[in-house]
Amino acid sequence: MEEFFTMVVLIADATLRVATPLILAALAGLFAERSGVVDIALEGKLLGAAFAAATVAAVSHSAWLGLAAGIAFAVALAMVHAYACVTHKGDQVVSGMAINILVAGLGPTLALAWFHQGGQTPRVEGNARFHPWHWPGAEAIADVPVIGPIYFEIVSGHNVFVYLAILAVPLTAWVVYKTRFGLRLRAVGESPEAVDTAGISVDRMRYQALIVTGVLCGIGGTYLAIAQNAGFLRNMSAGQGFIALAALIFGKWRPWPTMFACFLFAFTDAVQTRLQGVDIPGIGIIPVQFIQALPFALTVILLAGFVGKAVAPRASGIPYIKER
Amino acid sequence: MIAPAPPAQVPRWVTHVLVPVANLAVAFIIAGIIIALIGEDPWQAMKLLVLGAFGATDLIGFTLYYTTNFIFTGLAVAIAFHCGLFNIGGEGQAYIGGLGVGLVSLALVGWPAPIVILIAIAASMLFGAAWAFVPGYLQAKRGSHVVITTIMFNFLAAALMTYLLVEVLIEPGQQGPQSREFDANAWLPFMHDVFGAVGITIGQSSLNLSFVIALIAAVLVWVFIWHTRWGFEIRTVGANQAAAIYAGISPSRNIILAMVVSGGLAGMVGINEIIGVHHRLILDFPAGFGFVGIAVALMGRNHPLGIFFAALLFGMLYQGGSELSFDIPTITRDMVVVIQGLVILFSGAMEHVFRPHIVAAYLRVTRRRTPMAAE
Repeated sequence: MEEFFTMVVLIADATLRVATPLILAALAGLFAERSGVVDIALEGKLLGAAFAAATVAAVSHSAWLGLAAGIAFAVALAMVHAYACVTHKGDQVVSGMAINILVAGLGPTLALAWFHQGGQTPRVEGNARFHPWHWPGAEAIADVPVIGPIYFEIVSGHNVFVYLAILAVPLTAWVVYKTRFGLRLRAVGESPEAVDTAGISVDRMRYQALIVTGVLCGIGGTYLAIAQNAGFLRNMSAGQGFIALAALIFGKWRPWPTMFACFLFAFTDAVQTRLQGVDIPGIGIIPVQFIQALPFALTVILLAGFVGKAVAPRASGIPYIKER
Repeated sequence: MIAPAPPAQVPRWVTHVLVPVANLAVAFIIAGIIIALIGEDPWQAMKLLVLGAFGATDLIGFTLYYTTNFIFTGLAVAIAFHCGLFNIGGEGQAYIGGLGVGLVSLALVGWPAPIVILIAIAASMLFGAAWAFVPGYLQAKRGSHVVITTIMFNFLAAALMTYLLVEVLIEPGQQGPQSREFDANAWLPFMHDVFGAVGITIGQSSLNLSFVIALIAAVLVWVFIWHTRWGFEIRTVGANQAAAIYAGISPSRNIILAMVVSGGLAGMVGINEIIGVHHRLILDFPAGFGFVGIAVALMGRNHPLGIFFAALLFGMLYQGGSELSFDIPTITRDMVVVIQGLVILFSGAMEHVFRPHIVAAYLRVTRRRTPMAAE
């Protein structure tokens, strides 16, 4: 029992850590798609931000400058996407693909040229990293049964970004559903003609939404590079941008359900690392690959309409061309 | 902003040659800037790249070996494009196509070589087509967006293949996750052996008979798209679904058909890689070829001839790029990936940025030359 409880606490702890970049990226995607711009470049923006954050943090020894660089680079990528797709009505999927591929090559290329360490940045330490926050009294009550471990492992001791990601969910919900910006955001993704008729610029709204997307991906990528890890590694986003996209579909483009979808995917990942090679009575050993494939398989099943219908914002993916 | 001119006013070579070349030039200029940024000489790099790709017969062989993969995946993306579908799943379809090739080659021990090879080719198409069928079916019948489902299917293919290679098909006593080597009767002949048999000596390379198969596939795709009823229906659905329905053409049937053909073509990468070169099933053999297919199709304007030249360009980049990284260690394969991304960005996503300017510039030049014609 004791052992089981410890395992549950540790899995919850790991779930939070794994879910953080997913939540940030999924909320980023939420802003983009709610504005009517499909964003399959979440992966590229996470990876790009991770590279920029780690590079600047390694050179400046400042985690905050790293964060600024991560956000700046992700926003820049989002602006490339906006310029191609919003201003020039280019194909959103092609643009997203291009950004993903471009960043996958650019990070290692520049890292190799600048740091000569085989396409990765040097390890960042000390002030160049974001460290866990230890809440008051966490050490003191760590040994108290039940409450101690919960407080010590789950509530306290996380990175600032973990709390930030979770705070971003109610914040997003508030922005999307309670503010004027949110009202326009939802309208522009559902019916851009109406927004246009009301005298609001569709393009401007989409640019604004994509800036938010860039900021959130920038934070997510920074977390990957200099909070969860200690430097940039080739392909370190490892499909998390696509899992975030899956979570967004799962959450039906709504903040809270999207967060829970991220938790679900992060949970399967946390469980997976613990179940590796463990013989489960009656089932046997579940191959790791099947658990890793779960988010992707679930998304396909959901999209097929077997588990409720996932309906994207109506104008998502369609360039808006003003009638003349 | 410049209003786009009616297409009838510009000859086809402007939109089909000039515009793509201009887009490509921009991509390469930016790539050159990046090379300069990392402290290398772009001209020198370009020279080494071209020499590395075409400097000797064996180097040309390797270039054409990569070209083979890109013809298959470029055609795959193009067929789907003609139906208005964006097949991002070439990577997964190629991987599963390779599985088909591998299973056949492992199973048919002792059969005559031509039969094994023919069945393996059929299996590559069948497996790739089956892997693309599901996203195609879901798009056609249940409206699940093919872009998202094919992305997911890439991950699913990777997971499945890792599982199979690590747990099932792994060669007993082997450490690395790969199958046993096929018997020689499943090997597709290398081109240097084919030429050698008729007394012509060329450098040894990975180039094998798949290249010829790819060329045949390109011709067949051309016939299929422009000279068969199925191709016509696919193009109609791609151009205007409402009109297609009105004309009695079923969009869902053609969406599935286009995806299946597309997947079958992507699956043929397995022939080149598995029975052409590696002679065993290995991990991660598609190595991004499926994604390059997107750039190839975009650059080649979804036409087999254009795709051939675009595939050749990327074959040159891949082969030249790997030679380049020997000479200039700071320029690795990753730089080729950067160029690939830039090509997709400029010839795909940003094509509307330059096209009106190029067309307008062309019209200005021609009007000046023949002032009467403008009246």
